[in-house]
Amino acid sequence: MSEKRARFESRWLPYALIAPQMAVTLVFFFWPASQALYTSLLVQDAFGTNTQFVWFDNFKDLFANPDYLASFKVTAVFSLLVAVLGLVLSLILAVFADRIVRGAGVYKTLLIWPYAVAPAVAAVLWLFLFNPTLGIVAHWLIGLGIAWNPLLDGTDALIMVVIAAVWKQISYNFLFFLAGLQSIPKSLIEAAAIDGAGPLRRFATIVFPLLSPTTFFLLVVNIVYAFFDTFGIIDASTSGGPGKSTEILVYKVYADGFKGLDLGGSAAQSVILMAIVIGLTVIQFRYVERKVTY
Amino acid sequence: MSTLETTAATAEPAAPQQPRRFRWGARRGEGMIENRPLLTFVSHVVLAIGVAIVALPVYITFVASTLAGNEVLQSPMPMLPGSHLLDNYRTVLLQGASANVTTAPVGRMMFNSLVMALVIAFGKIAISLLSAFAIVYFRFPGRGLAFWMIFLTLMLPVEVRILPTYKVVSDLHMIDTYAGLTIPLIASATATFLFRQFFLTIPEELAEAARIDGAGPLRFLKDVVIPLSRPNMAALFVILFIYGWNQYLWPLLITTKEDMYTTVIGIKLLIAGGEQATEWNLVMATAMLAMLPPALVVLLMQRWFVKGLVDSEK
Repeated sequence: MSEKRARFESRWLPYALIAPQMAVTLVFFFWPASQALYTSLLVQDAFGTNTQFVWFDNFKDLFANPDYLASFKVTAVFSLLVAVLGLVLSLILAVFADRIVRGAGVYKTLLIWPYAVAPAVAAVLWLFLFNPTLGIVAHWLIGLGIAWNPLLDGTDALIMVVIAAVWKQISYNFLFFLAGLQSIPKSLIEAAAIDGAGPLRRFATIVFPLLSPTTFFLLVVNIVYAFFDTFGIIDASTSGGPGKSTEILVYKVYADGFKGLDLGGSAAQSVILMAIVIGLTVIQFRYVERKVTY
Repeated sequence: MSTLETTAATAEPAAPQQPRRFRWGARRGEGMIENRPLLTFVSHVVLAIGVAIVALPVYITFVASTLAGNEVLQSPMPMLPGSHLLDNYRTVLLQGASANVTTAPVGRMMFNSLVMALVIAFGKIAISLLSAFAIVYFRFPGRGLAFWMIFLTLMLPVEVRILPTYKVVSDLHMIDTYAGLTIPLIASATATFLFRQFFLTIPEELAEAARIDGAGPLRFLKDVVIPLSRPNMAALFVILFIYGWNQYLWPLLITTKEDMYTTVIGIKLLIAGGEQATEWNLVMATAMLAMLPPALVVLLMQRWFVKGLVDSEK
């Protein structure tokens, strides 16, 4: 950690300055998180009258529960699709935008605003487009002879939430890819062009490898996004259904805890999610440090 | 960190990589390396398609929000705006977005969203600025611990501690209050780190000079640090305003009264009544109103938005 040499002296002032943040952090982050840890080791009936300490039984139950394992699988498929599709599409757009001299700023402006749309609102927009009776896109699909009904068919529903999630995230990925592309030294590309490498070859052998730190960073960010920030998309469009075909882990914590009132099980799920966030954050930070020396 | 800041600089449309280009604006792929008009044409086509696909849902939403209730129900619905724009928006803003579901007028919900977005944005900026200042400019027992505690909050998003956090807020009688909507969300590791990183780049001489002139730390904060931090504050403001306005899970948990709902959760409640009860033209007008303020902030403050996005990624 780099340090300042010039410092001020005071016994009380630094504590006063840091107090508001510490207070919020302790009351609304650490205390609830410790409660989640503690509750995950308890079994409680729905009225809270009878509580038993059961060690890791809740975790054992979870991993023996086919619903929970199914939710893991849905989350994995969903996150992978969101991350891969989102990265590929935005990379294509960024590569072409990087080629353009006139009008590049206009395209950028026209592509970045979906970032401002709330996930839940994005979900409602796509829900409307894909509505089997009203939706214009559903109308086109049915016109093409595709049986389309995300309200009844689990795969259709999953496709719909993936599209909504990707749509919302494209602008973010696009901005980072474009910044990454523009920071590649031009001399490298010129040299390759002089050696006779065409645009595709240059992309495959120079641009894409040099872009890999950006790509890896975005991959982690997109997985975090798909895991945690898509709660609004799921809740507003499918509520985890039909059946449990779009019930991702974050949604299941909420559904089991708030609707199902299974406090111990929900807390155990929270703890597992915390472990996942910690893992992803560690990966992200280790990578950022590597990037500094890069 | 340092490379991310380089990326931040290059992400801005303006200066940094300018000297590397030829003065007549020739760029990679066009003129300077080689001239491929066909590829340039293809680029424009691909980007135009991309823009069209990105814009499609919002265009359809806009069209739906200008139609009468029965027009939206046609299949396919009209692709050009109808004549009910003013009617629909007036109804939604002043009376509520549905006759079938009871909600507060959307005007009221937008007010709640605005309060939430502004308090979160300014609150996060204020408390992060102060704690980063303490961490950078003082040395005190517990400083390292404080730093790590702030860092750990990154790993505890609200989604993983829903129930116990709800319980804390409810025990503090903050359900259905603006305090409950905002205070639990205003601790931010990201903003604190961003300010810390920036403070470390402020020349040592400034603090030395302030000390020699007999200015105390608070004076230094007010007269030097805060003015220098303005670009960072603007960039953070854009990101945090959007963050606050778009909150979903938290207001869903914390509000039970219609007049405390925010716009984003209002929409969800409007479509919860099922196929028959949903008045899509009004729902879509509400969706437009939910998108408008954050979209305006992004478009009007685009430069700060890009800076904030890139900087705040740790």
